[in-house]
Amino acid sequence: MTTIDTYEGPAIGAERRTKPASIRLPAFEPRNLLPYAVPAAVILIWQFLCSAGWISARVMPSPADVVVAFWETSRTGQLPHDIAVSAGRAFAGLLVGGSIGFLLGIANGVSKLSEQLTDTTLQMVRTVPHLAMIPLVILWFGIGEESKLFLTSLGVLFPVYLNTYHGVRNVDRDLIEMGRVYGMGNWSLFRKVIFPGALPSIFIGLRYALGIMWLTLIVSESIAASSGIGYMANTAREFMMIDVVVLSLVIYALLGKLADVVARFLERKALSWNPAYQK
Amino acid sequence: MATASTLRTSIRPENVSNGQAGERAVGLRLEGIEKTFGANRVLRGIDLEVPAGQFLAIVGKSGCGKSTLLRILMGLDSHTDGSLSFHSADGTETTPNGRIVFQEPRLLPWFDVADNVAVGLGEGVPVADGRAKARVALNEVQLTEKAKEWPSRLSGGQRQRVALARALVSKPNFLALDEPLGALDALTRISMQQLMSRVWREQGFTAVLVTHDVSEAVHLADRVIVLEEGRISKDMAVPHPHPRKRGSAELSEIEGELLAAILGSQSF
Repeated sequence: MTTIDTYEGPAIGAERRTKPASIRLPAFEPRNLLPYAVPAAVILIWQFLCSAGWISARVMPSPADVVVAFWETSRTGQLPHDIAVSAGRAFAGLLVGGSIGFLLGIANGVSKLSEQLTDTTLQMVRTVPHLAMIPLVILWFGIGEESKLFLTSLGVLFPVYLNTYHGVRNVDRDLIEMGRVYGMGNWSLFRKVIFPGALPSIFIGLRYALGIMWLTLIVSESIAASSGIGYMANTAREFMMIDVVVLSLVIYALLGKLADVVARFLERKALSWNPAYQK
Repeated sequence: MATASTLRTSIRPENVSNGQAGERAVGLRLEGIEKTFGANRVLRGIDLEVPAGQFLAIVGKSGCGKSTLLRILMGLDSHTDGSLSFHSADGTETTPNGRIVFQEPRLLPWFDVADNVAVGLGEGVPVADGRAKARVALNEVQLTEKAKEWPSRLSGGQRQRVALARALVSKPNFLALDEPLGALDALTRISMQQLMSRVWREQGFTAVLVTHDVSEAVHLADRVIVLEEGRISKDMAVPHPHPRKRGSAELSEIEGELLAAILGSQSF
């Protein structure tokens, strides 16, 4: 038996089922703050070094300056607008690229013909760094929304494709045979056996894709955009507003963390059957 | 009786009306069943007649072809030559409602126990209806209280009982058992044998059990056949009433005779 048995008594199962499905914030526990201790310490030391004058304000703004910049840009409405624009682009790219990658992964995992037709091509395209296509993309689409959508979609597509394909191919053959002998049709087999079996791997692809999504967006917004966080950072650089530049980085970090938290939450919900995700 | 056709019969689950269990059971007729994998002749002309409602056990050393034979009966593998047919108690040819229990439980880890059992009902059964029927089948195997549990929370024996419930929920008239207790510990195995024997007596389906455990075969089956190098080398009735007492002298004698037949040519 390879599963880790954490069962301690009948109460666990009963409790799990009776809990309301609503989203609840975890109860406050000092232990939960531990992961934030290091970032907090870094900020404190950073502030101390700036206040003491050991770091020049032209090299690195103090955390307090960044907070002021946050306040100023929020007051003018620039920051909320740019965050909304960037998040919208990220989500659109994830949706388009993720869907294409997912569908191709499923098709190639299930159908030999589809796999032979497209897998080699996809593997070849994958080896081209998608950011190397920026000059070409600017020539095609200019600096409009299409260029960002194209690049993020392309970046997101491959991790989702690879992990979906891998997930489908690695579904337990014994379970598929069981499904067949118990009379499941193709759709039923997909819905009840193949898709749930591939889901853990699909989630790995999704979380990997989220990282690539932000990376692509930052680069493409810095080079080819007239709005968004990347654009805000780049314009601030021209005016030597180093506090706004650092603020953009902090915003990216927070958005990235937020996306990961959402993905983890979905993962935990969808994979609650998996002993690895049971508390 | 109709002569067996060369038609390959595959087993598809069907909704079976609730008739008297014993009357629903199907008989099997195998004539000259051959199976070759490349140059390897796994089955060499199996002729076998299994009357409706019989509990048949197939024993033999590993690699004797017993699992392959069972897979052919279930339509999981095709046979190279020969014919296989199923007939109802009155002799007319029929398509069985057959189910199989594998050596591994093969439960879907993302379905709870009741939904796993409902898989055995086949397609097109409404969820609530399926779960209700699943509960009845779970009651058979004394696992009703685990209906909402994930399979990963169950012990090996409990998982195999869920697999048995999944096989029984559609009220099959033919049950194939492919070393279903092979992975269980000795005590769990004994209680599972009692459970299987009781369910078979109550529901009266035809059962074919493949096992390497001769005492298990003798304890459960009406008839035991020994498979050796793809041929039936011994065919023995076990004419003792059920439920059987463990370790009775007559059963031990039959067991000894079967073991001698299996290991016969070997010297220790």
